[in-house]
This record gives sequence, structure tokens and C-alpha cells, in this order.
Amino acid sequence: MEILIMKPNMSRVMYFRNFAAALVCAISLSLFGHAHAALTIEIVGSGANQIPVAIVPFAGEAALPQGISTVVAADLQRSGLFKIVDSAAAPFQPHEQSEVNYTDWRARGAEALAIGSILRLPDGKLEVRFHLLDAVKQTPLAGYSYVISAAQLRATAHKIADLIYEKLTGDVGVFGTRIAYIVKSGKHHELQVADADGYGAQTVLASSEPIISPSWSPDGTRLAYVSFERKKPIIYVQSLLSGQRQVLAQFKGNNSAPAWSPDGKQLAIVLTRDGGSQIYMINADGSGLKRLSYSSGIDTEPSFSPDGAWIIYTSDRGGSPQIYRMNTSGNSVQRLTFEGNYNVSPRFSPDGKSFTFIQRVSGSFHVALQDLATGQVQVLTDTRMDESPSFAPNGKMLLYATEISGRGILAAVSSDGRVKQRLSTQSGDVREPEWGPLLKSQ
Amino acid sequence: MKKVLLSTMLVSLLAACAGQDVKEQPKAAVEDRSAAQQQAAARPMDQAGVEANPLKDPNNILSKRSVYYDYDKSNVKDEYKPMVEAHAKYLASHKAAKVAVQGNTDERGSREYNIALGNHRADSVRKMMNVLGVPDSQIETVSFGEEKPRATCHEESCWKENRRSDIVYQGE
Repeated sequence: MEILIMKPNMSRVMYFRNFAAALVCAISLSLFGHAHAALTIEIVGSGANQIPVAIVPFAGEAALPQGISTVVAADLQRSGLFKIVDSAAAPFQPHEQSEVNYTDWRARGAEALAIGSILRLPDGKLEVRFHLLDAVKQTPLAGYSYVISAAQLRATAHKIADLIYEKLTGDVGVFGTRIAYIVKSGKHHELQVADADGYGAQTVLASSEPIISPSWSPDGTRLAYVSFERKKPIIYVQSLLSGQRQVLAQFKGNNSAPAWSPDGKQLAIVLTRDGGSQIYMINADGSGLKRLSYSSGIDTEPSFSPDGAWIIYTSDRGGSPQIYRMNTSGNSVQRLTFEGNYNVSPRFSPDGKSFTFIQRVSGSFHVALQDLATGQVQVLTDTRMDESPSFAPNGKMLLYATEISGRGILAAVSSDGRVKQRLSTQSGDVREPEWGPLLKSQ
Repeated sequence: MKKVLLSTMLVSLLAACAGQDVKEQPKAAVEDRSAAQQQAAARPMDQAGVEANPLKDPNNILSKRSVYYDYDKSNVKDEYKPMVEAHAKYLASHKAAKVAVQGNTDERGSREYNIALGNHRADSVRKMMNVLGVPDSQIETVSFGEEKPRATCHEESCWKENRRSDIVYQGE
């Protein structure tokens, strides 16, 4: 048995701490980080009304190892909500507002354009300036400048993409978030975290035994997960900042399905210590265990509502696995799904108005969405072996695991089912994804 | 570099834990031998049985360890009941013996639901044994869900092999 516990580079969180710690991170990155190929993202399908936007190459970025405009354009394009206007074909590429010929950009089809520059300061830092302009009204929509280190170029590009997304769609951008998932190659299992665009994959835990069910703490600094390294499912909580981890639950039988409460103080977990799989609540430090659900069958896969008042979960108490809801005292139990005889893996949407789950339809497993008020169900995917759906923090996209030609890959679908993406690695099976939270420091 | 040291230490720590498991095995072997002796004492007519471990004897039903299930089901089918009953009788008459009942599922559907389903399968074996007089102190149920498939193809020929509970004696 081999286990390697690692501390991934959390540079985005680290800015706000100290440089020495960041240096240690850089060392761990060089030791562990480069071995992993990035997730490659392929876009299949697009939104109904794409906003045409030009992302003009920034002045000074060609001299840097990492550009900004290409990352911004790729982020926006991946969302399926934007059409990137080719700015390379333009005779002149403006970097200042005064240089913009709006008539020309309108003629190229752009409704908005992003321009900017990167200037190297005497202390080696970089000053990134950026403006978003309305090409129709010929007015500025947003303008920002950041002083960063070269290592922060990608993160800054995501921040700019988030701003453009917010200004042009009215929704919160999630390009700066991270995802967690498991890669399995042969008998080797790795829990990894990566940027939402698949870059910067870092190994959190490597094991010769299975790892499942990673769950982000609401502040994005910790992951709870289930590891089989001691020959049975045990729940751990690991800090992404220090790499330190602790056993959260190691009771008789199985310990699995961890889900954080929205305040990050407690987790709902599933134990078999009293016989069947039942839902319990436990404090994040492993104290204060309390049983929540009481059924003679299976109760599992808890997920908290965003206000922390409800837990939705899978139960077979009615004879087949269906989605139920209870309050966080374990009362007011109500069945929510009635279509089909296999509905599992529920997760609340960030606005608490709907939930996603996996529905089996004639032997195939699809990501579905159910509105809590109307009970209306929409199947979102046409992939056939879908598992583990989770929402992006803005509720606009869902990340899930599926299978193409017998290989495990990650896929994403917009909550209206129109935009579809596939994320895959060069080798191995990728599975058990969970989209991380918006970080307050971003 | 503290982190690297920490990782190394943790690996050593875990290796030490694994080492403990290995050390426990001779003890279990002793239990097995006494179990075999008790078996011999209980059945003086069985002349061949003095040295042979009934759990390993391919002609003995106790050498059979797997219960197979229908899709989505966790009830022990009639064809496996004699085998589970034989293990229950053995455990009831060998109080020092302990078993883990390991539940498994095929790869379809939710991993977490499959952990629960595998547990339900193992639990159905445990409950049968309970009825036949085996206390819970001699049985631990654990589920691997779909995580440790014995057969790895993606069709029914493998799936039916993986919908299974295994009875594993301590020390095996």
C-alpha cells in the first residue's frame, strides 16, 4: 500500500498570506505539479444568443511566457455564451480607449471589446491594465488595473474574464474557481485539484487504493473525501494550504458521502455503524456525532440547501432509490422524485430553487434537473453513463463524470442543457468531480 | 521541505500500520489451527479432517465464499443459502473465528449509492448468520461498492461477477 499526501499550490489564496509560504508552495509545485497533464476541454454545443466580443491582444503580452488575452478569450468561449470576434485580422489593434475605431469594430461584428496592456515595473512586478468597451454605445463598461507577479498572469486573466462575463451577462463569473476530481490509472488513484479551465492540475493525495467523493469546504481551503487506504471507506478532511489531514469519521463499517454545511462547521456523512447506510451529522473536527435519518433501508448522498435548512438525499425506503428531503433535525421528510425507478446523487443548486441528480432512463444514466416549486424535470445530457453532477457556484453550468468509449471523462453542461463540454486527460480515467466554491479573496 | 518530510513520515507511519496487519496474521493462523482442532473434536467420525482445514478444502462447502445478486437487488438467493448456513454453523461452533463480509456492486450508477448497496448486500448475509446464532461480534460487514471489481469489462458478463458478497475469515 502506498499513500502520498500532498499540498497543492494554492497561489491564489496564498497572495494574501506571505511570500515565504508561497515559496514553499512553488517548491512543492516543482516536485509534484509538473507530472500532470492539463485537462483538455472540447466544446460541443453553444448558447442560443452568443454575445460577439473582441478580445484584442494586450500590449506587452507577447514578450511574456503567459499571455492574458488568449486565456480570457478561451474562458468566454468555453462558457458558450460568447462569440469571439477575430481581432488578429484587424489592421490596427488598440490598447488605449483613445485608439479605438468603434466603426471598424462594429463592422467586424463586435458588440463589445476588451483592450489592455501589461507593463513591467522597476521591481519586476507587472502592471496589467484593462478596459471593457461597449462598441455599440461607444462607452466604457469597466476598467481595472492590477499589479501582479508573473505567476499570477493566468489567475488575473480569469479575473478579467469574470468581469467581462458579469458586465455582459449579469451573472457572476466562475472562471477563477477550481475543481476537484479523481484520476485512476491502473491501480493508481490520485485526488487532484485544477483551475476550472483544466490548467494547473495538482495532486492532493496519491494512493494505491480507491478515493471517492471529494467535497470542497465552503471557503475552498479544505477537501473532505473518502479513502479506502485502510481497506474500507474512511472519511478524511485535508487542508489544501498545509497539506495536513485528519480522519473525520472512522466508525465500524462504512464511512462515506461527506457534505459540508454552508457555514463550514459541520458535515453530513453516511455511516453503517448502526446497520444500514444512514445519514449523520458531525462537527468538522470529528466531534459531536448525531444520527439524522432513521429508515430500515439505504439513506445516502446528503446535500445541504444553500440556507442550511434542508438536506436532500437518496433513499430506497420506497422500494427504489429516489430523492428525498428532510430538515437538518431529520424531520419533515418528503419524497421529491417520482419519475423512473433509479434517481440518485442529488445536489442543490446555488440559489436553492432546484436540484440536479442522476436519472436512469431505459438503462442509461443522465444528468437531470428538477425545479423544487413545480416538480418539473429536465434531462440535460445525452451521454449514457453519467455520475456525480455538481453545480458551478453561479448555477449556470454543471460538472459531471461520464464515459466515452469505455474511458472515464469529465463533462460539463449548462443548466439549460444547451452548452456542452468534455474534459479529458491524456491517460487514465477521470471521475468524481466537484466544482469548488467562489473564493472571497478573489 | 518540511512538507516532504511530513509526507515521508506519514508514508512510514502508514507502512508501520500495514506492518501491524502483517504481524497479526500468525495469531490468526493459531486461531485457525485451534478452530480446526475443535472441528475435529466436534466430529470424531471424520477421520480425514484432523489436519485438513475445512475452510480450504475444495470438497467442503465452507471453501465456497461468494454470494451473487441480481441487478439492484440485495437479497440472498435460495441457491446460496446452504453455503451461508454452513458458514453460520461453523462460526457458531468456532467462537474465536471472525469474518468480514465484503459487499460489492457492478459499475453502473452512483458510486456512493453503490457503497450503500454493497453494504446492504453484505448486511443480508450478516442477518442470515445472526438468525442462525452468530453474534455481530464475529461479523464485520464492509462495502467496496463498485471500487474493487473482480471482473473489469463493461458488460453483463463482468457485471454479474461483481454483484457479490465475499465471506473472508480473519487471517486469510
